[in-house]
Amino acid sequence: MRGHWYLARLVERREENATARTLLFDVGEWPGHLPGQHVDVRLTADDGYQAVRSYSLAAPAEGDRLELGVQPVEGGEVSPYLAGQLPLDACVEVRGPLGGWFVWHGERTEPVLLLGGGSGIVPLRAMVRARRSSAARSPFLLLYALRSPAERWYAEELRPGADADGVRTRLLYSREAPAEEPRPAGRLTAADLAGAAEIEGGPPLCYVCGPTGFVEHAAGLLVEEGVPPGRVRTERFG
Amino acid sequence: MVVQHLDGNMLAGPLSEVFAVEPTTALRRCPHCRLVSSLAQLHVYGPRPGITARCPGCSAIALRLARHPDALWLQLGGVEGAFRFPLAE
Repeated sequence: MRGHWYLARLVERREENATARTLLFDVGEWPGHLPGQHVDVRLTADDGYQAVRSYSLAAPAEGDRLELGVQPVEGGEVSPYLAGQLPLDACVEVRGPLGGWFVWHGERTEPVLLLGGGSGIVPLRAMVRARRSSAARSPFLLLYALRSPAERWYAEELRPGADADGVRTRLLYSREAPAEEPRPAGRLTAADLAGAAEIEGGPPLCYVCGPTGFVEHAAGLLVEEGVPPGRVRTERFG
Repeated sequence: MVVQHLDGNMLAGPLSEVFAVEPTTALRRCPHCRLVSSLAQLHVYGPRPGITARCPGCSAIALRLARHPDALWLQLGGVEGAFRFPLAE
């Protein structure tokens, strides 16, 4: 039922880097979700005080298992608790699946450009996973903007280069790049999007996710590069 | 200080309490600047004391929402007169 809060039990917590965590929850009767959708997580304190935050689903639906990506926000009310303190087997409430705009539908065949900044990679990773495990053969280009190698998520899974499934990945470091990286560290520019605005002869469907400043900047560049605004879907997380 | 906005994707959860269908793909033409945008594309400020969603083109108010313990207040458009949906919690 829509708007329903489900009980979600924490079954595993994984380190993605020094601060970011992947949380796996078991949710009974979960109705399933689409790549790009999110959930609201609700915490209730002993005194009844409640806090609700949105988190992107990091993986396609798999039974009753939910995978969330949590980047703790300094001084935050919810994310540091989820990332560091919520004990295994403890429960939170989740509401979802939520959203229909920032969603990739596997039956679509057009080329896709994914552009993620920081932990904005989380919903895009769900799309890449869905693309890899589906029969879809639409070309995927993932541009992952991050500050430094130390802040990288999904390092084993999202490697630079083209994979056998037709997913190409590029990492764009803004502050500190590894020694072997030919692109000097720096903010996302139009040059980084060269060729991205046209994949197989037309503008791709673009999904841009990250902090608000990054999303505004990146979406603006895509439009300047000639991508029709109607082909750019955005999700900001502050 | 610049107030950082989010976007209408985050309205999916709060609005799921009163909408029977997923609402964020719904399209609206702004009566002020004529820009057509989905609910997901609105610029959202809040959530406290309430959520205000504005046209991404001209910042005119498109929707306001406040969740109280016993009700959800929903104003459509920029003019006052919110609907009060009684909700149990």
